Amino acid sequence: MSALTGHPPRREPRGILPWLAAPALVVFVGFAVIPLVGVFALSFTTWDGIGAIHPSGLTSWRAVLTDPGLPHALWVTFLVMAVSWAVQTPLSILLGTFLAGRQRYRAVLGVVYFVPLTLSSAAIAIAYKALLDPNFGLGAGLKIRVLSQDWLGRPGLAFGVVIFVVSWQFVPFHSLIYQGGVQQIPKSLYEAAQLDGAGRIRQFFSITLPQLKYTVITSSTLMVVGSLTFFDLIFVLTEGGPGDATRVLALDMYKQGFQASLMGPASAIAVILVLVGLALALLLRRLGGRDAGASQLEGA
Amino acid sequence: MALSRRTLLGLAAGVPVSAALAACGSSGPSKSGDEATYWYLNGQPQEGVRAGAVDAFNKAHPKEQIKDTTFQNDAYKTKIKTAIGAGQAPTIIWGWGGGTLRTYVEAGQVEDLTSWFGEHSEVKKRLFPSSFGAATVDGKIYAMPCEAVQPIILYYNRKVFDQVGVEPPKSWGDIMALVPKFNAKGIAPFSLGGQSRWTNMMWLEFLFDRIGGPQLFQAIIEGEKNAWSNPDAITALTKMQELVKAHGFVKGFSSITADSNADQALLYTGRAAMMLHGAWSYGIQKSDGGDFVSSGALGYMTFPPVEGGKGDPSDTVGNPAQYLSISSKASAEQKKIAKDFFATGVLQDEEVKKWIDTGSVPIRLGTEKLLAASKSADFLQFTYDIASKAKVFGQSWDQALSPTAAESLLDNIAKLFQLSISPQQFASNLNAVTGK
Repeated sequence: MSALTGHPPRREPRGILPWLAAPALVVFVGFAVIPLVGVFALSFTTWDGIGAIHPSGLTSWRAVLTDPGLPHALWVTFLVMAVSWAVQTPLSILLGTFLAGRQRYRAVLGVVYFVPLTLSSAAIAIAYKALLDPNFGLGAGLKIRVLSQDWLGRPGLAFGVVIFVVSWQFVPFHSLIYQGGVQQIPKSLYEAAQLDGAGRIRQFFSITLPQLKYTVITSSTLMVVGSLTFFDLIFVLTEGGPGDATRVLALDMYKQGFQASLMGPASAIAVILVLVGLALALLLRRLGGRDAGASQLEGA
Repeated sequence: MALSRRTLLGLAAGVPVSAALAACGSSGPSKSGDEATYWYLNGQPQEGVRAGAVDAFNKAHPKEQIKDTTFQNDAYKTKIKTAIGAGQAPTIIWGWGGGTLRTYVEAGQVEDLTSWFGEHSEVKKRLFPSSFGAATVDGKIYAMPCEAVQPIILYYNRKVFDQVGVEPPKSWGDIMALVPKFNAKGIAPFSLGGQSRWTNMMWLEFLFDRIGGPQLFQAIIEGEKNAWSNPDAITALTKMQELVKAHGFVKGFSSITADSNADQALLYTGRAAMMLHGAWSYGIQKSDGGDFVSSGALGYMTFPPVEGGKGDPSDTVGNPAQYLSISSKASAEQKKIAKDFFATGVLQDEEVKKWIDTGSVPIRLGTEKLLAASKSADFLQFTYDIASKAKVFGQSWDQALSPTAAESLLDNIAKLFQLSISPQQFASNLNAVTGK
């Protein structure tokens, strides 16, 4: 910001900037905008995915909006979003703060924590499904009563397992973001606090947390918008079951489109997903205040 | 000059993307020239038999090659629909006939084989006549029946029955009486891979038939109004939930997938006493269960009658055969290879022998001697009798119905087993979609 006010604007050769954006634009238009327009158009048609596409006005929208499955899927999606945010954020902040220390053992632990992020969601889901199998899983194998629950077969438990596995997978990523955030906080703040006699806990709540405000917003946006598209993990783990206990919106869309051959309603659900995602991203930016792009850190 | 160089750079950056996009479009199997493609299900021992038939054909026809690819059962059902819709279907489409085949036919995606079967009547004559029903749509044949007849059978573990000191059930009442006896010994009465949903459906197929007779589901297929609310249907659904409530099924059944064969393992390891499953299960028990089958511990029977029911106890459901269709998008050469495969590659002597070895009854006529000479002769005779003597051989519901109705059916069946909807809600949910 100061560069613009303090110095005369540097002259950019005309025409180069738009071209630099071109590759990204091509990919974005090709893989985001065109499919989006296509999906929007498809939501006004009837198509079984195999035969001809017939325009049918608002039929698909009427079917989706009157389907009792939609509010349920929206509710499950919202719950996954809220609960996984509430579980992941405190854990990630604490782990990130811990890992921000310069000690060697913390770096080693950091590498260990990071492992889940390098695994594919499908592999994680298959592994957990095997571990949690009520008859051949960990609990049954080791004869540990507490562990041999019907983890994926009872609605509440299955939901809990989904949250746990999602957190297990993504806490490392968000810890990494917070680690970076904490390391950016100037040492002088902590030194001053120490002189004033503030303990570690006081320092955490009075310096670290407030300084991380924008990191929290960034990480939360990623979590919230990301949780709208949870699909692979839940699909492999529970297939939305038992019944429809873990059927999130993305899964509902897939089932309607590819299993029930109702591409029209599936497209309508996809449009709803996009709108919800956009609304949430905008809302989170608002929460961050108007100058969300500005740094909270002095000198940066 | 400078500007044009940048233009070139910009284009260069864009080219890999468009090249990649183009590659996506042209690498599809149905356009890859003179080689025919064939997708089918994996899982031993059946996969080996299928692959063996392809290998034998390829060896015998150096100029006509078939490239095969295998998929998991539940994943394949969506994959094949998507591929066909995208114009990327394999030359030879493996399937179950019935309602799904009808959607392919209505979209003009599969070849009409009626005249080909007319010219090659010898091919038609060597197969079970009953297998052509699910291959026929509006009087025309769109698929070649293949593989084996697969009725649904009630399997049980004799060792477990001896251990508890009880006899196999002869009626629904017996089943309900057995449930607490097994549970008391810590053995699950029935194994079930409930996450796959069609596994639960097999139970309803039998209960509907035994209680209401075949006309009960026939009315549903024909789209009769409120057919699901028939009092017999409600009785069947209620009995189903009574069994679930009595803990008739293994703990955690709703998170077990049939594709993993964990449901089979429960039976042969003696953790479950009984299991309702397709005839293909015998081959799996035989290859995975150690000496379970060879020691004679695997028992099998038809689904018992329900007291006061209208259905004939000989009625059965299942897959009358598997079906091979030819994609109408395939090239002329590919179609020719596929037809040659149908005529000289499908259910040849070697393949017939292998099916019999896995404990299946292939749909080729005149195999009685081979069946009788097999190590699995008793089971094969049992299957053969079911297939040939059943008054009604119903097709699996999810294959008989359209994909849309089938998905809704499976979805509601899962909820019924989860006890999250009542029989009445089940009926009204499905009344709203059948016929569509």
